[in-house]
Amino acid sequence: MSVLEMRAVSKVYGEGATEVVALQEVDLAVDPGQMVAVMGPSGSGKSSLLTIAGSLEAPTSGEVLVGGGRLAEMSRDELARLRRRSVGYVFQDFNLLPGLTAVENVSLPLELDGLAARRARAAGVAALERLGLADRAGHFPDQLSGGERQRVAIARAVVGDRRLLLADEPTGALDSATGEAVMRLIRQACQQGVAAVVVTHDAQSASWADRVIFLRDGRVTDGTSPPPGPESLLAPGSGR
Amino acid sequence: MSIRHALLALLAEGPKYGLQLREEFESRTGEVWPLNVGQVYTTLQRLERDGLVESDGAAEGPQKSFHLTEGGAGELAEWLRTPPDLSSPPRDELVIKILVAVRLPGVDVHEVIQAHRRFLIELMQQWTRLKNDEADFDLSLALVVDAELFRLDSVIRWLDAADGRIRRAPADAPAGKPAVALRRKIGVRR
Repeated sequence: MSVLEMRAVSKVYGEGATEVVALQEVDLAVDPGQMVAVMGPSGSGKSSLLTIAGSLEAPTSGEVLVGGGRLAEMSRDELARLRRRSVGYVFQDFNLLPGLTAVENVSLPLELDGLAARRARAAGVAALERLGLADRAGHFPDQLSGGERQRVAIARAVVGDRRLLLADEPTGALDSATGEAVMRLIRQACQQGVAAVVVTHDAQSASWADRVIFLRDGRVTDGTSPPPGPESLLAPGSGR
Repeated sequence: MSIRHALLALLAEGPKYGLQLREEFESRTGEVWPLNVGQVYTTLQRLERDGLVESDGAAEGPQKSFHLTEGGAGELAEWLRTPPDLSSPPRDELVIKILVAVRLPGVDVHEVIQAHRRFLIELMQQWTRLKNDEADFDLSLALVVDAELFRLDSVIRWLDAADGRIRRAPADAPAGKPAVALRRKIGVRR
């Protein structure tokens, strides 16, 4: 079963003369362990796709299912619980709370979900450890480098038992080496079963995905085929 | 990269046999560049003729060892610092295809651009997968893979820019200055 499924999803903002069609009849399914990258020029609907997938906005028409559950049939409380428990977000500008330490940022969603503070903190420490940040747990965001902040954000996005990771330009504010490290971490999360949707305009970041889809004017216009193994690059005669 | 200078670089570390040179060449270039032993011996003969390497005079064949001469070391140092030819090729195939597609009746240039963009991304996915699987342990391979990824990335950026520029251009835009004027301006030779 797909972790995320979008069926003929459309989103229209405004009406009449001010109507803006952000998404048109988008179909998308992301399975556990899979990373899908979404590319397209600005204004193509990439961010709307993410906010609708993450239940932050409702589609104008069409259906969204997360973990098999139809978002349209959930109450506000159920949607909030889904966002706290099953969905992780990673943003270009990290969106960490400046007054909280790294581990407090990571464990906050668990605490909000009712987990005892001590257990939430232990889960937060464990998530930071997995991302190589154990020694930064007590640091505040402004004491961390950009790459470290994004790793904290990824820890927050995968802490607990989250199945869906939604990332909006996660490498946009990072240099290429740090950006690569961040994509490698998202890849690792997928290897542990997380389904990821990564919106990016950067081809190098997109190339970490199993599948890349291209949006234009709110429509999915194209997508990559599953790539052949890398051994095809090393075939005799491929050298220049 | 020339095989000639690659062999000089390997011999700068000390005397070596032909077969050894081939193996080391392949491992240093991340094994993405197969080289046959015939190429190695032909190149060594030319280097010897030009006084850049010398053989130990033993019998012909695999037991013959080569070492760098002073002239060879000078040639290698000069090559390392000589900028490669980065002037734009006179006929970049992709650029030509887009230039043709933008003027050809009945052809959607954006669809042509997207076909190339998809192909390039698929190629980058393969390189990235290789990097993810193996390159952690092999510096040479990681460097080669990075070079390919940055090169393909720059082509995609050009396609994105071209896509936007064509969309913004008025539909009845004139064909622009005659190519001969452009050639004169940027100094491209025929």
